[in-house]
Amino acid sequence: MTAISIQQISKSYDGTPALKGLSFEVQAGELFGLIGPDGAGKTSLFRILTTLLLPDEGQASVVGYDVVKEYKEIRKRVGYMPGRFSLYQDLSVEENLNFFATIFGTSIEENYDLIRDIYVQIEPFKKRLAGKLSGGMKQKLALCCALIHKPEALFLDEPTTGVDAVSRKEFWDMLKRLKAKGITILVSTPYMDEASMCERIALIQHGQILSIDSPQNIISAFNKPLFTIQGGNFYALLRDLRSYEETEQVLPFGDSLHLTTYRERDAKVIQNWLTEKGHQDIQVKQQQAGIEDVFLDLLQTQAS
Amino acid sequence: MESTVIQVNNLTKKFGAFKAVDAISFEVQAGEIFGFLGANGAGKTTAMRMLTGLSRPSSGEASVAGYDVYRQAEQIKQNIGYMSQKFSLYEDLSVKQNIRFYGGIYGMSRQAIRDKTEEILQNLQLESVAKQLVQSLPLGWKQRLAFSVALMHDPTIVFLDEPTGGVDPVTRRQFWEMIYEAAHTGKTIFVTTHYMDEAEYCDRVSIMVAGKIEALDSPKGLKETFSADSMDDVFLRLAREG
Repeated sequence: MTAISIQQISKSYDGTPALKGLSFEVQAGELFGLIGPDGAGKTSLFRILTTLLLPDEGQASVVGYDVVKEYKEIRKRVGYMPGRFSLYQDLSVEENLNFFATIFGTSIEENYDLIRDIYVQIEPFKKRLAGKLSGGMKQKLALCCALIHKPEALFLDEPTTGVDAVSRKEFWDMLKRLKAKGITILVSTPYMDEASMCERIALIQHGQILSIDSPQNIISAFNKPLFTIQGGNFYALLRDLRSYEETEQVLPFGDSLHLTTYRERDAKVIQNWLTEKGHQDIQVKQQQAGIEDVFLDLLQTQAS
Repeated sequence: MESTVIQVNNLTKKFGAFKAVDAISFEVQAGEIFGFLGANGAGKTTAMRMLTGLSRPSSGEASVAGYDVYRQAEQIKQNIGYMSQKFSLYEDLSVKQNIRFYGGIYGMSRQAIRDKTEEILQNLQLESVAKQLVQSLPLGWKQRLAFSVALMHDPTIVFLDEPTGGVDPVTRRQFWEMIYEAAHTGKTIFVTTHYMDEAEYCDRVSIMVAGKIEALDSPKGLKETFSADSMDDVFLRLAREG
Protein backbone atom coordinates (compact mmCIF):
# COMPACT_ATOMS: atom_id res chain seq x y z
CA MET A 1 0.00 0.00 0.00
CA THR A 2 1.21 3.48 -0.87
CA ALA A 3 1.34 5.94 2.01
CA ILE A 4 2.88 8.88 0.19
CA SER A 5 2.60 9.44 -3.53
CA ILE A 6 4.40 12.30 -5.26
CA GLN A 7 3.86 12.92 -8.96
CA GLN A 8 5.66 15.57 -10.97
CA ILE A 9 5.70 18.07 -8.11
CA SER A 10 7.23 21.45 -8.95
CA LYS A 11 7.64 24.56 -6.85
CA SER A 12 9.37 27.87 -7.56
CA TYR A 13 9.98 30.93 -5.42
CA ASP A 14 10.07 34.16 -7.45
CA GLY A 15 11.14 32.24 -10.52
CA THR A 16 13.82 30.23 -8.69
CA PRO A 17 12.91 26.55 -8.93
CA ALA A 18 13.08 24.60 -5.65
CA LEU A 19 11.47 21.36 -6.87
CA LYS A 20 11.54 20.30 -10.51
CA GLY A 21 8.96 17.66 -11.35
CA LEU A 22 9.78 15.35 -8.47
CA SER A 23 8.11 11.91 -8.38
CA PHE A 24 8.36 8.98 -5.99
CA GLU A 25 6.30 6.83 -3.67
CA VAL A 26 6.70 5.74 -0.08
CA GLN A 27 5.02 2.53 1.06
CA ALA A 28 2.96 2.27 4.22
CA GLY A 29 5.16 1.42 7.18
CA GLU A 30 8.36 2.31 5.32
CA LEU A 31 11.25 4.24 6.85
CA PHE A 32 12.27 6.47 3.96
CA GLY A 33 15.23 8.89 3.95
CA LEU A 34 15.60 12.12 2.02
CA ILE A 35 19.24 13.01 1.58
CA GLY A 36 20.55 16.14 -0.07
CA PRO A 37 22.61 19.29 0.40
CA ASP A 38 21.26 22.51 1.83
CA GLY A 39 18.92 24.09 -0.71
CA ALA A 40 18.14 20.79 -2.45
CA GLY A 41 14.41 21.28 -1.87
CA LYS A 42 13.89 18.90 1.05
CA THR A 43 12.06 21.37 3.27
CA SER A 44 9.84 22.57 0.40
CA LEU A 45 8.80 18.98 -0.20
CA PHE A 46 8.05 18.45 3.50
CA ARG A 47 5.93 21.57 3.56
CA ILE A 48 3.96 20.50 0.49
CA LEU A 49 3.32 17.03 1.91
CA THR A 50 2.22 18.41 5.27
CA THR A 51 -0.14 20.83 3.43
CA LEU A 52 1.65 23.99 4.56
CA LEU A 53 2.67 24.98 1.05
CA LEU A 54 0.90 24.65 -2.30
CA PRO A 55 2.80 23.07 -5.19
CA ASP A 56 2.88 25.00 -8.49
CA GLU A 57 2.41 21.83 -10.49
CA GLY A 58 1.92 18.13 -9.98
CA GLN A 59 -0.01 16.04 -7.52
CA ALA A 60 0.68 14.43 -4.20
CA SER A 61 -1.27 12.36 -1.76
CA VAL A 62 -0.56 11.41 1.81
CA VAL A 63 -2.25 8.48 3.55
CA GLY A 64 -4.77 8.43 0.72
CA TYR A 65 -5.71 12.11 0.67
CA ASP A 66 -4.83 14.83 -1.82
CA VAL A 67 -2.51 17.49 -0.39
CA VAL A 68 -4.49 20.33 -1.93
CA LYS A 69 -8.13 19.28 -1.94
CA GLU A 70 -8.17 17.22 1.24
CA TYR A 71 -5.60 19.01 3.34
CA LYS A 72 -7.75 18.96 6.46
CA GLU A 73 -7.86 15.16 6.45
CA ILE A 74 -4.09 15.01 6.13
CA ARG A 75 -3.52 17.40 9.00
CA LYS A 76 -5.45 15.10 11.33
CA ARG A 77 -3.42 12.09 10.30
CA VAL A 78 0.20 13.17 10.07
CA GLY A 79 2.84 14.36 12.52
CA TYR A 80 5.42 16.94 11.46
CA MET A 81 8.65 17.91 13.11
CA PRO A 82 10.07 20.95 11.30
CA GLY A 83 13.80 21.58 11.06
CA ARG A 84 13.63 24.54 13.36
CA PHE A 85 12.54 23.93 16.95
CA SER A 86 8.99 25.22 16.86
CA LEU A 87 7.41 24.35 20.16
CA TYR A 88 6.44 27.02 22.65
CA GLN A 89 9.65 27.98 24.43
CA ASP A 90 7.75 29.69 27.24
CA LEU A 91 5.57 26.69 28.01
CA SER A 92 6.85 23.78 30.08
CA VAL A 93 7.49 20.32 28.66
CA GLU A 94 4.19 19.07 30.03
CA GLU A 95 2.25 22.14 28.88
CA ASN A 96 3.54 21.79 25.32
CA LEU A 97 2.52 18.17 25.16
CA ASN A 98 -0.90 18.90 26.64
CA PHE A 99 -1.40 21.74 24.20
CA PHE A 100 -0.71 19.58 21.15
CA ALA A 101 -2.89 16.76 22.51
CA THR A 102 -5.79 19.17 23.05
CA ILE A 103 -5.45 20.71 19.56
CA PHE A 104 -5.90 17.25 18.08
CA GLY A 105 -8.78 16.44 20.41
CA THR A 106 -6.95 13.77 22.35
CA SER A 107 -5.12 13.49 25.66
CA ILE A 108 -1.67 12.43 26.79
CA GLU A 109 -3.22 9.41 28.54
CA GLU A 110 -5.00 8.17 25.44
CA ASN A 111 -1.88 7.70 23.36
CA TYR A 112 0.69 7.45 26.12
CA ASP A 113 1.63 4.04 24.86
CA LEU A 114 3.13 5.48 21.71
CA ILE A 115 5.31 8.09 23.38
CA ARG A 116 6.16 6.28 26.61
CA ASP A 117 9.68 5.18 25.62
CA ILE A 118 10.58 8.71 24.62
CA TYR A 119 8.62 10.62 27.23
CA VAL A 120 10.10 8.83 30.24
CA GLN A 121 13.47 10.31 29.26
CA ILE A 122 12.19 13.88 29.51
CA GLU A 123 9.58 13.34 32.20
CA PRO A 124 11.98 14.24 35.05
CA PHE A 125 12.07 17.72 33.48
CA LYS A 126 8.35 18.06 32.75
CA LYS A 127 8.04 21.32 34.69
CA ARG A 128 10.98 22.90 32.84
CA LEU A 129 10.33 25.48 30.12
CA ALA A 130 10.90 24.04 26.65
CA GLY A 131 13.26 26.93 25.87
CA LYS A 132 15.55 25.79 28.69
CA LEU A 133 16.01 22.22 27.45
CA SER A 134 19.24 20.94 25.91
CA GLY A 135 19.25 20.14 22.18
CA GLY A 136 18.75 16.42 22.66
CA MET A 137 15.81 16.88 25.00
CA LYS A 138 14.17 19.43 22.72
CA GLN A 139 14.21 16.89 19.91
CA LYS A 140 12.61 14.27 22.12
CA LEU A 141 9.88 16.65 23.20
CA ALA A 142 9.26 17.70 19.60
CA LEU A 143 8.93 14.05 18.60
CA CYS A 144 6.45 13.41 21.44
CA CYS A 145 4.37 16.40 20.32
CA ALA A 146 4.41 15.15 16.72
CA LEU A 147 3.23 11.71 17.88
CA ILE A 148 0.63 12.57 20.49
CA HIS A 149 -2.35 12.22 18.10
CA LYS A 150 -1.14 8.83 16.87
CA PRO A 151 -0.38 9.85 13.27
CA GLU A 152 -0.30 7.39 10.38
CA ALA A 153 2.68 9.13 8.81
CA LEU A 154 5.51 11.06 10.41
CA PHE A 155 7.50 13.81 8.66
CA LEU A 156 10.84 14.63 10.24
CA ASP A 157 12.89 17.45 8.71
CA GLU A 158 16.49 17.06 9.91
CA PRO A 159 15.48 15.91 13.39
CA THR A 160 19.05 15.26 14.54
CA THR A 161 20.86 18.37 13.32
CA GLY A 162 22.83 19.90 16.20
CA VAL A 163 22.21 16.82 18.33
CA ASP A 164 25.15 14.92 19.85
CA ALA A 165 26.14 11.43 18.74
CA VAL A 166 24.60 9.68 21.76
CA SER A 167 21.24 11.39 21.45
CA ARG A 168 21.26 10.75 17.70
CA LYS A 169 21.65 7.05 18.29
CA GLU A 170 18.80 7.04 20.82
CA PHE A 171 16.65 9.01 18.40
CA TRP A 172 17.14 6.44 15.65
CA ASP A 173 16.40 3.58 18.04
CA MET A 174 13.09 5.32 18.70
CA LEU A 175 12.35 5.69 14.99
CA LYS A 176 12.86 1.97 14.51
CA ARG A 177 10.39 1.23 17.30
CA LEU A 178 7.84 3.61 15.74
CA LYS A 179 8.31 1.92 12.40
CA ALA A 180 7.65 -1.43 14.07
CA LYS A 181 4.29 0.00 15.14
CA GLY A 182 3.41 0.55 11.49
CA ILE A 183 3.96 4.30 11.21
CA THR A 184 5.26 5.51 7.84
CA ILE A 185 8.29 7.76 8.34
CA LEU A 186 9.79 10.26 5.91
CA VAL A 187 12.98 11.72 7.36
CA SER A 188 15.66 14.03 6.01
CA THR A 189 19.21 14.15 7.36
CA PRO A 190 22.65 15.52 6.57
CA TYR A 191 24.23 12.53 8.36
CA MET A 192 25.23 9.76 5.99
CA ASP A 193 25.43 7.14 8.75
CA GLU A 194 21.74 7.78 9.36
CA ALA A 195 20.94 7.40 5.67
CA SER A 196 22.10 3.81 5.83
CA MET A 197 19.53 3.08 8.56
CA CYS A 198 16.62 3.82 6.20
CA GLU A 199 14.96 1.11 4.13
CA ARG A 200 15.11 3.27 1.03
CA ILE A 201 16.64 6.65 0.38
CA ALA A 202 16.34 9.32 -2.28
CA LEU A 203 19.39 11.46 -2.97
CA ILE A 204 18.19 14.85 -4.12
CA GLN A 205 19.91 17.95 -5.43
CA HIS A 206 18.57 21.11 -7.12
CA GLY A 207 15.02 19.82 -6.68
CA GLN A 208 15.62 16.61 -8.59
CA ILE A 209 16.25 13.00 -7.66
CA LEU A 210 19.74 11.74 -8.41
CA SER A 211 19.18 8.24 -7.18
CA ILE A 212 16.51 6.31 -5.30
CA ASP A 213 16.88 2.79 -3.91
CA SER A 214 17.85 0.85 -0.81
CA PRO A 215 21.18 1.97 0.68
CA GLN A 216 22.64 -1.44 -0.17
CA ASN A 217 21.64 -1.23 -3.83
CA ILE A 218 22.89 2.33 -4.14
CA ILE A 219 26.26 1.22 -2.82
CA SER A 220 26.38 -1.86 -5.06
CA ALA A 221 25.73 0.26 -8.15
CA PHE A 222 28.89 2.27 -7.49
CA ASN A 223 31.60 0.87 -9.75
CA LYS A 224 34.54 3.25 -9.50
CA PRO A 225 37.83 2.12 -7.98
CA LEU A 226 38.02 3.47 -4.44
CA PHE A 227 41.04 3.56 -2.13
CA THR A 228 41.52 4.58 1.48
CA ILE A 229 44.79 6.25 2.32
CA GLN A 230 46.08 6.66 5.85
CA GLY A 231 49.13 8.04 7.57
CA GLY A 232 51.60 10.86 7.08
CA ASN A 233 50.76 14.54 6.87
CA PHE A 234 47.08 14.66 6.07
CA TYR A 235 46.95 18.11 4.49
CA ALA A 236 50.08 17.57 2.35
CA LEU A 237 48.71 14.20 1.20
CA LEU A 238 45.44 15.78 0.20
CA ARG A 239 47.16 18.49 -1.82
CA ASP A 240 49.51 16.09 -3.59
CA LEU A 241 46.75 13.64 -4.45
CA ARG A 242 44.77 16.48 -6.02
CA SER A 243 47.58 16.85 -8.55
CA TYR A 244 47.86 13.10 -9.24
CA GLU A 245 46.90 12.32 -12.83
CA GLU A 246 44.95 9.19 -11.85
CA THR A 247 42.79 11.07 -9.36
CA GLU A 248 39.17 11.61 -10.15
CA GLN A 249 38.30 12.79 -6.65
CA VAL A 250 40.05 12.82 -3.28
CA LEU A 251 38.25 13.70 -0.06
CA PRO A 252 38.90 13.51 3.67
CA PHE A 253 36.95 10.80 5.55
CA GLY A 254 37.65 10.93 9.25
CA ASP A 255 41.15 9.59 9.85
CA SER A 256 41.75 8.67 6.19
CA LEU A 257 41.44 10.00 2.66
CA HIS A 258 39.18 8.40 0.08
CA LEU A 259 40.51 8.42 -3.46
CA THR A 260 38.59 7.49 -6.58
CA THR A 261 40.63 6.91 -9.72
CA TYR A 262 39.65 7.07 -13.38
CA ARG A 263 40.64 3.45 -14.00
CA GLU A 264 41.51 0.32 -12.06
CA ARG A 265 44.86 0.77 -10.35
CA ASP A 266 46.85 -1.42 -8.05
CA ALA A 267 47.11 0.04 -4.54
CA LYS A 268 50.86 -0.49 -4.84
CA VAL A 269 51.08 1.93 -7.78
CA ILE A 270 49.46 4.69 -5.75
CA GLN A 271 51.63 3.88 -2.77
CA ASN A 272 54.77 4.14 -4.90
CA TRP A 273 53.71 7.44 -6.37
CA LEU A 274 53.19 8.83 -2.87
CA THR A 275 56.55 7.50 -1.70
CA GLU A 276 58.20 9.28 -4.64
CA LYS A 277 56.47 12.46 -3.51
CA GLY A 278 58.19 12.03 -0.15
CA HIS A 279 55.30 10.68 1.92
CA GLN A 280 56.24 8.02 4.43
CA ASP A 281 54.35 5.40 6.44
CA ILE A 282 51.39 5.50 4.08
CA GLN A 283 48.84 2.69 3.83
CA VAL A 284 46.82 2.44 0.63
CA LYS A 285 43.97 -0.05 0.47
CA GLN A 286 41.28 -0.68 -2.09
CA GLN A 287 37.87 -0.54 -0.44
CA GLN A 288 34.14 -0.97 -0.90
CA ALA A 289 32.34 2.37 -1.14
CA GLY A 290 29.96 3.59 1.55
CA ILE A 291 26.83 5.65 1.09
CA GLU A 292 28.75 8.89 1.65
CA ASP A 293 31.20 8.02 -1.15
CA VAL A 294 28.34 7.46 -3.56
CA PHE A 295 26.61 10.65 -2.55
CA LEU A 296 29.75 12.76 -2.91
CA ASP A 297 30.44 11.17 -6.27
CA LEU A 298 26.92 11.83 -7.53
CA LEU A 299 27.06 15.45 -6.44
CA GLN A 300 30.43 15.86 -8.11
CA THR A 301 29.34 14.25 -11.38
CA GLN A 302 26.17 16.33 -11.49
CA ALA A 303 28.01 19.55 -10.76
CA SER A 304 30.50 19.15 -13.58
CA MET B 1 59.47 25.62 20.83
CA GLU B 2 55.72 25.37 20.93
CA SER B 3 53.91 28.22 22.55
CA THR B 4 50.77 27.94 24.61
CA VAL B 5 47.91 30.14 23.44
CA ILE B 6 45.16 28.84 25.68
CA GLN B 7 45.90 27.86 29.26
CA VAL B 8 43.10 26.64 31.50
CA ASN B 9 43.46 25.65 35.13
CA ASN B 10 40.61 24.29 37.27
CA LEU B 11 38.20 26.58 35.47
CA THR B 12 34.74 26.38 37.05
CA LYS B 13 31.36 27.97 36.44
CA LYS B 14 28.49 27.53 38.85
CA PHE B 15 24.87 28.49 38.34
CA GLY B 16 23.53 28.36 41.88
CA ALA B 17 24.50 24.94 43.21
CA PHE B 18 24.91 23.49 39.70
CA LYS B 19 28.44 23.22 38.35
CA ALA B 20 28.06 23.67 34.58
CA VAL B 21 31.84 23.56 34.19
CA ASP B 22 33.64 21.65 36.91
CA ALA B 23 37.36 22.39 37.34
CA ILE B 24 38.55 21.78 33.79
CA SER B 25 42.24 22.08 32.91
CA PHE B 26 43.97 21.94 29.54
CA GLU B 27 46.38 23.75 27.23
CA VAL B 28 46.20 24.50 23.53
CA GLN B 29 49.34 25.14 21.48
CA ALA B 30 49.77 27.69 18.69
CA GLY B 31 48.79 26.31 15.29
CA GLU B 32 46.85 23.44 16.76
CA ILE B 33 43.38 22.30 15.65
CA PHE B 34 41.76 21.55 18.99
CA GLY B 35 38.42 19.72 19.00
CA PHE B 36 36.19 20.50 21.97
CA LEU B 37 33.58 17.75 22.10
CA GLY B 38 30.79 16.79 24.43
CA ALA B 39 27.12 15.83 24.49
CA ASN B 40 24.43 18.52 24.45
CA GLY B 41 24.37 20.00 27.94
CA ALA B 42 27.85 18.79 28.92
CA GLY B 43 29.06 22.36 29.47
CA LYS B 44 30.86 23.13 26.19
CA THR B 45 29.05 26.39 25.50
CA THR B 46 29.54 27.63 29.05
CA ALA B 47 33.26 26.84 28.88
CA MET B 48 33.55 28.54 25.50
CA ARG B 49 31.77 31.64 26.78
CA MET B 50 34.32 31.95 29.57
CA LEU B 51 37.24 31.52 27.17
CA THR B 52 35.88 34.17 24.81
CA GLY B 53 35.47 36.71 27.61
CA LEU B 54 31.66 36.63 27.57
CA SER B 55 31.12 35.01 30.94
CA ARG B 56 33.05 35.44 34.18
CA PRO B 57 34.28 32.18 35.74
CA SER B 58 33.23 31.26 39.29
CA SER B 59 36.75 30.05 40.07
CA GLY B 60 39.92 28.75 38.49
CA GLU B 61 42.26 30.40 36.00
CA ALA B 62 42.42 30.80 32.28
CA SER B 63 44.37 32.85 29.80
CA VAL B 64 43.63 33.17 26.11
CA ALA B 65 46.15 34.65 23.66
CA GLY B 66 48.11 35.76 26.71
CA TYR B 67 45.23 37.63 28.34
CA ASP B 68 43.54 36.82 31.61
CA VAL B 69 39.83 35.94 31.40
CA TYR B 70 38.99 37.89 34.59
CA ARG B 71 40.91 41.10 34.09
CA GLN B 72 41.41 41.33 30.33
CA ALA B 73 38.17 40.11 28.79
CA GLU B 74 38.10 43.03 26.34
CA GLN B 75 41.63 42.32 25.07
CA ILE B 76 40.62 38.70 24.56
CA LYS B 77 37.66 39.72 22.40
CA GLN B 78 39.96 41.81 20.21
CA ASN B 79 42.47 39.02 19.77
CA ILE B 80 40.20 36.16 18.88
CA GLY B 81 37.86 35.34 16.02
CA TYR B 82 34.48 33.73 16.63
CA MET B 83 32.07 32.00 14.33
CA SER B 84 29.02 29.84 14.90
CA GLN B 85 26.44 28.21 12.71
CA LYS B 86 23.70 30.08 14.48
CA PHE B 87 25.19 33.55 14.55
CA SER B 88 27.83 34.88 12.27
CA LEU B 89 26.71 37.19 9.48
CA TYR B 90 23.86 39.67 9.13
CA GLU B 91 21.48 38.24 6.55
CA ASP B 92 20.04 41.61 5.64
CA LEU B 93 23.39 43.27 4.96
CA SER B 94 25.33 42.74 1.75
CA VAL B 95 28.51 40.68 1.58
CA LYS B 96 30.63 43.82 1.50
CA GLN B 97 28.68 45.53 4.29
CA ASN B 98 29.16 42.50 6.54
CA ILE B 99 32.91 42.51 6.02
CA ARG B 100 33.16 46.25 6.66
CA PHE B 101 30.88 46.03 9.67
CA TYR B 102 33.08 43.43 11.36
CA GLY B 103 36.22 45.37 10.43
CA GLY B 104 34.72 48.32 12.28
CA ILE B 105 33.74 46.20 15.29
CA TYR B 106 37.31 44.93 15.53
CA GLY B 107 38.56 48.50 15.45
CA MET B 108 40.50 48.21 12.20
CA SER B 109 41.53 51.36 10.30
CA ARG B 110 39.58 52.45 7.22
CA GLN B 111 42.50 51.60 4.98
CA ALA B 112 42.95 48.17 6.57
CA ILE B 113 39.23 47.46 6.18
CA ARG B 114 39.33 48.48 2.51
CA ASP B 115 42.35 46.28 1.80
CA LYS B 116 41.00 43.33 3.72
CA THR B 117 37.59 43.58 2.03
CA GLU B 118 39.24 43.38 -1.39
CA GLU B 119 41.39 40.48 -0.27
CA ILE B 120 38.48 38.44 1.11
CA LEU B 121 36.25 39.07 -1.91
CA GLN B 122 39.08 38.03 -4.19
CA ASN B 123 40.15 34.93 -2.25
CA LEU B 124 36.62 33.64 -2.04
CA GLN B 125 35.77 34.74 -5.58
CA LEU B 126 32.81 36.70 -4.30
CA GLU B 127 33.48 39.94 -6.22
CA SER B 128 30.45 39.47 -8.45
CA VAL B 129 28.09 39.12 -5.48
CA ALA B 130 29.71 41.73 -3.22
CA LYS B 131 26.58 43.89 -3.27
CA GLN B 132 24.10 41.05 -2.77
CA LEU B 133 22.44 40.43 0.55
CA VAL B 134 24.02 37.59 2.48
CA GLN B 135 20.65 35.83 2.74
CA SER B 136 20.73 35.20 -1.02
CA LEU B 137 23.98 33.20 -0.85
CA PRO B 138 24.20 29.39 -0.69
CA LEU B 139 25.07 28.09 2.78
CA GLY B 140 28.54 26.96 1.73
CA TRP B 141 29.48 30.47 0.58
CA LYS B 142 28.08 32.03 3.74
CA GLN B 143 30.19 29.72 5.84
CA ARG B 144 33.39 30.48 4.04
CA LEU B 145 32.62 34.17 4.21
CA ALA B 146 31.87 33.93 7.94
CA PHE B 147 35.14 32.11 8.52
CA SER B 148 37.13 34.72 6.57
CA VAL B 149 35.41 37.50 8.49
CA ALA B 150 36.27 35.80 11.79
CA LEU B 151 39.92 35.93 10.69
CA MET B 152 39.97 39.42 9.16
CA HIS B 153 41.57 41.19 12.13
CA ASP B 154 44.33 38.58 12.13
CA PRO B 155 43.50 36.98 15.50
CA THR B 156 45.78 34.42 17.13
CA ILE B 157 42.91 32.04 17.81
CA VAL B 158 39.61 31.40 16.15
CA PHE B 159 36.73 29.79 18.03
CA LEU B 160 34.31 27.82 15.88
CA ASP B 161 31.09 26.80 17.60
CA GLU B 162 29.45 24.00 15.60
CA PRO B 163 30.42 25.68 12.35
CA THR B 164 29.11 22.81 10.21
CA GLY B 165 25.83 21.89 11.95
CA GLY B 166 23.27 20.66 9.43
CA VAL B 167 25.62 21.10 6.51
CA ASP B 168 25.92 18.56 3.70
CA PRO B 169 29.04 16.40 3.30
CA VAL B 170 30.45 18.36 0.35
CA THR B 171 30.21 21.75 1.99
CA ARG B 172 31.56 20.40 5.28
CA ARG B 173 34.68 19.16 3.52
CA GLN B 174 35.25 22.44 1.72
CA PHE B 175 34.97 24.18 5.05
CA TRP B 176 37.48 21.89 6.73
CA GLU B 177 39.99 22.61 4.00
CA MET B 178 39.79 26.26 4.96
CA ILE B 179 40.41 25.26 8.57
CA TYR B 180 43.49 23.24 7.58
CA GLU B 181 44.78 26.11 5.53
CA ALA B 182 44.38 28.56 8.42
CA ALA B 183 46.10 26.15 10.83
CA HIS B 184 48.85 25.73 8.25
CA THR B 185 49.54 29.47 8.44
CA GLY B 186 49.86 29.27 12.23
CA LYS B 187 46.32 30.10 13.40
CA THR B 188 45.03 28.18 16.39
CA ILE B 189 41.64 26.60 15.83
CA PHE B 190 39.30 25.79 18.72
CA VAL B 191 36.30 23.95 17.33
CA THR B 192 33.17 22.18 18.57
CA THR B 193 31.30 19.67 16.43
CA HIS B 194 28.84 16.80 16.64
CA TYR B 195 30.32 15.13 13.57
CA MET B 196 32.72 12.45 14.72
CA ASP B 197 34.48 12.25 11.35
CA GLU B 198 35.40 15.89 11.92
CA ALA B 199 36.77 15.03 15.34
CA GLU B 200 39.27 12.85 13.45
CA TYR B 201 40.51 15.93 11.58
CA CYS B 202 41.64 17.59 14.82
CA ASP B 203 45.19 17.39 16.17
CA ARG B 204 43.84 16.82 19.66
CA VAL B 205 40.37 16.32 21.04
CA SER B 206 38.87 16.81 24.48
CA ILE B 207 35.59 15.21 25.51
CA MET B 208 33.44 16.85 28.17
CA VAL B 209 30.98 14.84 30.22
CA ALA B 210 28.80 16.50 32.87
CA GLY B 211 31.05 19.55 33.25
CA LYS B 212 34.36 17.67 33.38
CA ILE B 213 36.93 16.84 30.74
CA GLU B 214 36.92 13.04 30.75
CA ALA B 215 39.42 12.49 27.95
CA LEU B 216 42.02 14.52 26.08
CA ASP B 217 44.39 13.18 23.47
CA SER B 218 44.98 12.88 19.75
CA PRO B 219 42.17 10.99 17.96
CA LYS B 220 44.63 8.13 17.47
CA GLY B 221 45.57 8.10 21.16
CA LEU B 222 41.93 8.15 22.24
CA LYS B 223 41.06 5.25 19.96
CA GLU B 224 43.94 3.24 21.41
CA THR B 225 43.05 4.08 25.01
CA PHE B 226 39.43 3.05 24.55
CA SER B 227 40.20 0.18 22.15
CA ALA B 228 37.75 1.77 19.72
CA ASP B 229 37.62 1.68 15.92
CA SER B 230 36.41 5.21 15.50
CA MET B 231 35.90 8.45 17.38
CA ASP B 232 32.20 7.66 17.25
CA ASP B 233 32.83 4.62 19.46
CA VAL B 234 35.03 6.62 21.82
CA PHE B 235 32.37 9.27 22.15
CA LEU B 236 29.50 6.85 22.66
CA ARG B 237 31.42 5.00 25.33
CA LEU B 238 32.37 8.12 27.29
CA ALA B 239 29.22 10.17 26.90
CA ARG B 240 26.92 7.27 27.78
CA GLU B 241 28.16 7.39 31.35
CA GLY B 242 26.99 10.99 31.69
